[in-house]
Order: sequence, then structure tokens, then C-alpha cells
Amino acid sequence: MSQAGANLQLDGSGRLLHFLTIEGLPREMLTEILDTAEGFTGVSERTVKKVPLCRGKIVANLFFENSTRTRTTFELAAKRLSADVLNLNISASATSKGETLLDTLRNLEAMHVDMFVVRHASSGTAHFIAQHADPGVGVMNAGDGRHAHPTQAMLDMFTIRRHKGEFAGLRVAIVGDILHSRVARSQILALNTLGVSEVRVIAPRTLLPADTRSLGVHVYHDMQEGVRGVDVIIMLRLQRERMQGALLPSEHEYFRLFGLTEERLALADPQVIVMHPGPINRGVEMDTQVADGGKSVILQQVSYGIAVRMAVISMVIGSQNLRTQR
Amino acid sequence: MKKNISILNGRLIDPANGVDRVTDIHIKKGRVLALGEPPRGFEAQPIDAGGLLVCPGLIDLCARLREPGAEHKATIASETAAAASGGITSLVCPPDTDPIIDTPAVAGQIRHKGKKAGFCRLFPQGAQTQGLEGHKLSEMAALRAAGCVAVSNGYRPLASNLVLRRALEYAATFDLLTCVRPEDPSLANQGCAHEGRVADRLGLPGIPDAAETVALATHLALAEQTGARIHFHTLSSARAARMLARAQYIRQPLSADVAIHQLFLSELDISGFDSNAHVRPPLRSDSDRDGLRQALADNVIGAICSDHQPHEADAKAAPFPDTEAGISGLETLLPLTLRLVQEGVLDLSSAIARLTSGPAEILGLPLGRLEPGATADICIFDPKAVRHLERDELLSQGHNTPFHGWELPGRVHYTLLAGRVVYTYQEARDATPPA
Repeated sequence: MSQAGANLQLDGSGRLLHFLTIEGLPREMLTEILDTAEGFTGVSERTVKKVPLCRGKIVANLFFENSTRTRTTFELAAKRLSADVLNLNISASATSKGETLLDTLRNLEAMHVDMFVVRHASSGTAHFIAQHADPGVGVMNAGDGRHAHPTQAMLDMFTIRRHKGEFAGLRVAIVGDILHSRVARSQILALNTLGVSEVRVIAPRTLLPADTRSLGVHVYHDMQEGVRGVDVIIMLRLQRERMQGALLPSEHEYFRLFGLTEERLALADPQVIVMHPGPINRGVEMDTQVADGGKSVILQQVSYGIAVRMAVISMVIGSQNLRTQR
Repeated sequence: MKKNISILNGRLIDPANGVDRVTDIHIKKGRVLALGEPPRGFEAQPIDAGGLLVCPGLIDLCARLREPGAEHKATIASETAAAASGGITSLVCPPDTDPIIDTPAVAGQIRHKGKKAGFCRLFPQGAQTQGLEGHKLSEMAALRAAGCVAVSNGYRPLASNLVLRRALEYAATFDLLTCVRPEDPSLANQGCAHEGRVADRLGLPGIPDAAETVALATHLALAEQTGARIHFHTLSSARAARMLARAQYIRQPLSADVAIHQLFLSELDISGFDSNAHVRPPLRSDSDRDGLRQALADNVIGAICSDHQPHEADAKAAPFPDTEAGISGLETLLPLTLRLVQEGVLDLSSAIARLTSGPAEILGLPLGRLEPGATADICIFDPKAVRHLERDELLSQGHNTPFHGWELPGRVHYTLLAGRVVYTYQEARDATPPA
């Protein structure tokens, strides 16, 4: 566990000051996030889809990598909390003119925002910004390099809890490009912290980190063996670049070996749920029938994403308020 | 006209001559005149070294002074002053300055600036290929005549193994040493940390051991083919050290150094994305660190260097993968080496040898020793003093160090270059205004 990471995210009383990574957060904190999200699930179904918790606060989306899906859900979550949202499309402007990340941050802080939601291609960016942000400003990691995507992991955990009730005794398989996946790293940490029975990863060796088992998982190279008896299957997205980098020969062979088909799905527990962080490559990660089938909870993941993000945004802003006595 | 100096009552440790005893050293015209009894009628300015250790001035095989070309990071004047405060009297400078040291003019300019600053001897490494581009051989004979002690291609790869072979053979024509930091660029694959459990957890692209050992193996094989003399800089893996030991066993003329920080830090020190621990080659596993310590004790690795790389603050103020690698290491070279002694890795005399006679032998220079007639490059230090390292107190222009806050042994009291005092602790302390 990274002591530095834990100290950065939590205040002296264990409250969440920033949400950077699952690492270093105790089980009680993850459970609190899930419980808080539970309270927000009703909001989207109301006529007035808002609660006033973060009224008057400004949330700035700092996205250095393009993303419509994540940015939109963060924006929706912030607006449902009655916060104001600034969308800063940094990739197009300042850094292309050579401005350092630190200068960009300082300029934005001069506008007195209350929270930064950050997505960046370099691992450690959210940590860096949290280390340099003014006191009272919360940092939310929307994905940094290969390192972490904690809100995605939490909405995945929320989905699992909704369908399975509790984590103890569950066997979960994560399939695909673990090596490059910040989602997988955060999911593995969350699953282990929440006390599932077993986490499996299923992938060819080229898509696995050097010392995979040290992440706390069992490694499978055979899809049939890997999904046998599992309660949850999480499929990761395969990016086209992997063929270029001599990591895989073709999507065709990948699907033949690791694609989730109806036959393979039948080897899992009869009550298995199928998840995917999206967007799906139909015919590469899974069959169309599986994506649209009765075991798939993929669309629900998306809607839970708003409630989970409302939870962490409100928790962080609340803790930062206490910190500066605003 | 140089003053005569007598260093009195110090414990002289001169590993090259097997000396370890309390004695006096008498200096005349920049050279050691005598040890023990002074010649009759010899009058000199005394330096009281009672309770202190006296050793040859340290020789640092790899230090980047950033001049010419990157003066916003550091200059020859600032860094040689820092070196002198650390007891270092000779510095070997890699060729990757701007302009590159691929012409006698640049080599001469650097040596001249070093002389003008007056703190240290500078020994430039000439470029192995023109522009360090890896295609055409540089004018190695001319570079050698201009004062280059070796050739190196910095961190840049050569175009092919054929170019490497020819470069080794050409250098061997003049018995010129080739220095290399072994790293295969394709296996390094834009990584920034040791490929292992910490990088996996932090999602940092990794540089495997194999990047070092594959490059090392290529050089070992070509060294055997050509008989060329090669020195390997900053080894980082236990595997590489073992490969080198086997090659030395069959008497290949190969040497190596290790950066002092590799003997203390490991991959765990980049936890929390600490950019001060971002170095190249990366900090590897605990067992690599132990393997390097063993190789150092066995003298497979014959020298410790600082791998000094001063940076301006901006270079380290960014997300980890976007920061520049390197530690400002001149001032922690001796203290950390003394800590190795405290930890039982080396005895005191061997430790001093790795900083003096070892590097001198690798370079083939008549330095790092203090018998009568030798040039009086001397370091006088208190091994018992403890210094609490504050990065902002470093004399180097670069304050990028992961050793901030460490309690380190050793305080240099005097440094002499060719018999002239170039650093005095007392003066430095008097010059600093009280906090």
C-alpha cells in the first residue's frame, strides 16, 4: 500500500479529501461510497432531478484525453448536485502552446473552482494535481494513464452489490488487456478490499503486467477454465493499437481465444452477470447476443455511474468544506 | 607561487598504496613532498587534521555539469563548487552537452571553464559518433588529444551492431576507453520505472532487466571479439553484475561503476509517484540492490559514481512519467558511501578505493593516490559528523534529491586541488548568514 497515496486522499479523521485511487482506502470507506450512492439512485427518476447539496460550488472538468462518456456522467452528476460545471477542453488549448500542467492548474485555481475532475494520459497526474492544489480544492481522478479509474471501479462494485447482495464468496473474472487498463487495476483493488472470494484475470501473457500475481489475482490463459463457475465476468475493451505493438496478432484470434460467447457463458455460474466498462467492440470482446442478453448489466452500469459520481463528489466537497470551514 | 602546506595528525587512508595510519602530509609546489617527517627546513602553512580522515580527492566517473547548453539547470562554476564541497577533485563529464563534445573545441572549452572556476579537474568524454547520432565515427584521436579520457555515446543508441563493432575497434587503435550505459532502446520501450510489482501497481510503463542485460551481452560479446576496453556506467540489475563477473573471470578488460543511489534506493521509493526518485536506469528491486552491493564488495564493480544530474524545479514538477530523470548527487556521494561502510557493505579503505584508486585505474590516470611525487588532490573529512540533508542547502544548482531529510555521515572540512585549498568548511559556514 502506498502510504503517500493514503495520506493524500484522507484527512486525519479518515474523510475523503480527494478521490485518486482505490489503493489505501479501507473497506469502510468503499462501503460508505456505495451506501451514499444508494441514496442518490432515486434522483434520476424524479421530475426535478436535483438535490441542493453542492449548490454554489464549481466543478471543473479537466480532460486532457478525449472522453464523451465519462465527462458527460461527471457533468450530469455535478449538475444533479446543483453545482456549476466548467468544461475545460485542455487538449485543444494551453498545453499545446507549451504551458506546463502546473501553470494550467495555477491559472484555473485563480478562478476559485472547488473541484477538479481530471483525466490525463500520464499515470500519477491526479496525485500530482492533488499535491499542488490549494487547500479546499478537491481532486477527482477520472483516469490517469494506466494507473487508476476509481469512479469506474466503484460503479462496477455498486452494480455487483445491486445484483449479488454482498461481496463475500463471490468469484470474479476480469478478461482482456489488464496491462494497459486503469479500470482493471482499480477493480482488482476494490474487489479485494471489499472481500470477494477470488479475483481471476484471463488474458494472453502479452496483455498481463510483469508480476500479475502480486496484484492479488489468479492468472488464467484459458477462457474456458477461467470463467468456470464465476459469479461476475468483467470484459475489458481491446484497443486497435495492441495489434500494432506486436502484442496480439489479430482481433480474430483474440475473439477465438478470449471472446465471451454463449457457450463460454454457460460454463459460469447460472446467475452470472456480465459487465463491461464500455464502449463495447461487438465481435471482439463478446458476441452481440451476450452483449444484449439477459445476463448483461452493461446499460445499468452506465446509469449507476451517475449516482456513484454524485456520491464521491458530494463526499469530497463535504470534507473539503470542513477542512476550510467554509 | 604555491604555498607549502602540511596536513598534520590526520588519519591517511590511501588505498592505492595500502596506507591507513595517522601521519603528516607535506605538500610543495602542488605535489606530495613527503609523508611523516618533513624535510629539514621545510616551512609550511599547517592544516590541523586531528580526528579527521585524509584521503585522495574523490574521482567521480559520471557527472553532468549541464554546460554548455543547459545553463538553466547548472553551470560548470556552480557544479564544480558543489563537487569541491563534497571532496571531489576530478569529474568525468559525458558528451551529451549542447554543442556535443564531438570536436576538440568543445572539449577544450569545457576544460578551460573548469580551470577558470578552479575547483576541480574536468575530464570530458568525447562523443563516440558525430552528433551522437550513431552513424559516423567521431574524430576520436583528435578528441583524445584535446583531453578526452574516453568516448561514449551518452544515452543514445548506435545505428547498428556493425557501427558499434567499428567504433570499439577504432577506439582500441588508440587504446582509448569506451564508456557505455547499457540499455537496449526497444526493450526500454519508453518505460520510466523498473518493470516489476511497483510499476505494475502504479501503472507506469516498465523497463525490464532485459533492457540492460541484452545491451550488456552485446557489448560483452563484441569486447571479446575485438579486445576493446569497455567501462559500463551505472549498472542497475543483479543479473548484469553477474554477467560482468563471469566476463571478468575470463580476463576481459572490462570495468563498471554503480550510481550511489542504486545502492540504497529501490523501486519502493517511487511509491506515491515521487519524481525525485525518477532515475535512469530505474531503481530496481531489493534483490537487485543487494546484488549490486555484493558486486561492489567483490570489486566486480570497481567504482561508485554520483551520476550527477542537476535539474531545475520544473523538470521534476509534473506527473511522474513526464518528469526528467536524474538526481543531483555530487554532495551525497561521500556521505552515502560512508553509510555503506556503516552498514557493513565495505570496509572504510575499500570504500575510499571505490571513489579514488578504483576510478583512477579505470581511466588510466595518475590520480587517486598520495605517495611522494603524486599531485596533491586531497579530501579531509570528519567521518563522525552527521549532517541532516536539506535539499535547499545543496550548493548544486539542482536541488532534485530523494535524500532530503536523511541523516548522513561525513562532513568535508578541506578539499585541496593540486596543493591549493579550494574548499573550507569553516569558511563556507562563516559565509552563510545565520538562519
